[in-house]
Amino acid sequence: MSTMTRLSSVPYTGPAPTNRNPYVPHNAEAFDRRGAEIRRTKGLEGLDQELGQDLPTFRVDRADIVGVLRTLHDDPSLQFILPLDLFGVDYPNRDGGERFDVVYQLYSFENNERVRLKVRTDEQTPVPSSYPVYRGFEWFEREAYDLYGIRFEGHPDLRRILTHEAFQGHALRKDYDPALRWILTEKDISRIVPKLAIEPEDTEFERVTLNLGPSHPATHGTLRIVVTLDGETIVGADTEIGYLHRCFEKMAETHTWQQVIPFTDRLNYMSAIINNVGYCMTVEKLLGIKAPERAEYILLVLSELMRIADHLVCIGTNMVDIGALTNFWYLFQPREEIYGLVEACCGARLLPSYTRIGGLAVDAPPDFIEKARRLVEMIPRYVGDAEKLLTKNRIFRERMEGTGVISKEDAINWGFTGPCLRASGVPHDIRKASPYLGYETYDFDIPVAYEGDNYARYLVRLEEIRQSLRILKQALDRGMPEGPVIVDDPYVALPPKEKVYNEMESLIYHFKLIMHGIQPPVGETYFQVEGGNGELGFYVVSDGTKNPYRVRVRPPCFAIYQAFRQMITGGQIADVIATLGTVNIIAGELDR
Amino acid sequence: MITLPGERKSQEPGEGSTWFTSTLDYLVNWARGNSLWPLPFGTACCAIEFMSMVSSHYDISRFGAEVVRFSPRQSDVMIVAGTIVDKMAPVMKKIYDQMPDPKYVISMGACATSGGFYRAYHVVQGIDEVLPVDIWVPGCPPTPDGLMYGILKLKEKIERGELDR
Ligand code: SF4
Repeated sequence: MSTMTRLSSVPYTGPAPTNRNPYVPHNAEAFDRRGAEIRRTKGLEGLDQELGQDLPTFRVDRADIVGVLRTLHDDPSLQFILPLDLFGVDYPNRDGGERFDVVYQLYSFENNERVRLKVRTDEQTPVPSSYPVYRGFEWFEREAYDLYGIRFEGHPDLRRILTHEAFQGHALRKDYDPALRWILTEKDISRIVPKLAIEPEDTEFERVTLNLGPSHPATHGTLRIVVTLDGETIVGADTEIGYLHRCFEKMAETHTWQQVIPFTDRLNYMSAIINNVGYCMTVEKLLGIKAPERAEYILLVLSELMRIADHLVCIGTNMVDIGALTNFWYLFQPREEIYGLVEACCGARLLPSYTRIGGLAVDAPPDFIEKARRLVEMIPRYVGDAEKLLTKNRIFRERMEGTGVISKEDAINWGFTGPCLRASGVPHDIRKASPYLGYETYDFDIPVAYEGDNYARYLVRLEEIRQSLRILKQALDRGMPEGPVIVDDPYVALPPKEKVYNEMESLIYHFKLIMHGIQPPVGETYFQVEGGNGELGFYVVSDGTKNPYRVRVRPPCFAIYQAFRQMITGGQIADVIATLGTVNIIAGELDR
Repeated sequence: MITLPGERKSQEPGEGSTWFTSTLDYLVNWARGNSLWPLPFGTACCAIEFMSMVSSHYDISRFGAEVVRFSPRQSDVMIVAGTIVDKMAPVMKKIYDQMPDPKYVISMGACATSGGFYRAYHVVQGIDEVLPVDIWVPGCPPTPDGLMYGILKLKEKIERGELDR
């Protein structure tokens, strides 16, 4: 463990930072103005506004937080009804002794805007739980408790969520050694007995508690679902996660900004490029740079292909679970071809780590367009074949229709985003709402379904594949822009090898960048992309050194999966399998 | 008629007879090596590449290991594909214990082998902390052909009698 970078509890460590200037977002003024407007709303007058941020940001007193959240949620001119994210940040050396920031981020469909709230607290003092306003924060608060030890008063079930039962201490605190492990033995594993959600009228029969997972063929990865059955009907359900908690956020703090990229691949490993894009664009936002057009173009094409691959795997494996193996063979073939293209670009298949902060690692191969075009032509055939077997198949529809239902209101309150939200009737897509990579210049639709059941989610995913193909067709017809694939900024991108060998300047830049890394300005920022499963956001804090001070990922699966127990309660045991497939939980992203 | 191991050696040249001799151990190992039933203990990204290996493009059935069983009672090689974290380790041990003998373990990928680049507070630094491992497949993730090679190596090892238990 000696190779581990041990974190000191003092911020501003490492080599003398060259960049201690604060981060100023280019549109900060607009957000400041908007923040002042929000503050004029009745009930929010007393808020402290933090100026110069990339979102309207307010500092809230612990005691007021629930009231403020309620106003933001209910006020007809604001309607911040979607809970995006809640997490902690640790500043152990801050004056005043309150070391933790609890950060809340909310979204309003009405105004298409986000807001950030911060509450300060210390180890002992609890923060009132926001659960009464946003049920979607239930697990987020548990996570903040688990990793930071922040307490929430009035939370229905405040216990560890990601780390195991025998774990001691709170891992994301700055004074926790990143490599300090606690061993769990078989006898420490907790027994879970789900609370009954439905009281069966007939109490004569015994009820059975059944464990699915953490190693179960349908749990694609590692989830544990415990259900209490009355016959075949689920009367109570509980879920346990953390079986793949790989400490992404802690690892990010112990690596340099550039080194975090491979870790992001492994979040949603079905659509790794989208994660790369999300992280790199966040850091680019912090640095105030923009990747060249050519890089953006390649990333757009690959992102859409990855989205297709993600949906193909989702549908394919879902079908295997419910007993239709053929589709899996059909759908895995084009996916394999997509990885072929990724491999041609950068040499890796599943987890390419193709992006760099400021652009791409290498240029795409010369026949990129032809290869991509071939894919765009072949995918519809395979998808069509699978669709012919499924969409009108009566057995399939009986199994999918009306099962795993979640209503629009519930979906929003639980913090759903992405295909699952769209299948419940909300036409929301980050690519439309706040376009990046040039999505605003493409013509595509947001597929929506209104039933909120498994069949709706299947249909939405299928249609999304078509829409992605539409984007791809337009992109390929436009052709690839010429130019470099990485920014020409010696503080961000390594100079080309020939120059390093032949020019003193470049040699120095190369050395500096390798030894001292990228040192973004001091500050914090948030950026979001449309991941395979919904809004994938990154919140980063820089203290001006080569290591990120905090990297927070907003995992779409996490929010969705907390509603899972509600979605399956009242249904049949067989529906669990079908539902688990359509909500597409990726353990890497869920547990990070 | 299938050519069995040892057959050619034991035949009298030119006689064209259909009998052969072999040691029982050899024959048993030959049979075991050619019909591995994997139990995929897939937790993370590596499991996706495992799926690729099983599915149509790479098609592991060419090597007799396509009968994927999720029940430990019906399988003889556990392929640990993915990161094993401390919370999962006892579960993995339990499943391994439930497998009937003879049983083998393939550790797929950097994470299962050594914790990979997760030198962190919640990740098992190599599954040999918990289980005996027969084959290590390097890579992050190993390519499907890499994993196939691992399975073939296991087959060789079994046939050579190195893993008699
Ligand atoms: S070795 Fe790499 S690909 Fe495999 S589980 Fe670990 S991080 Fe994922």
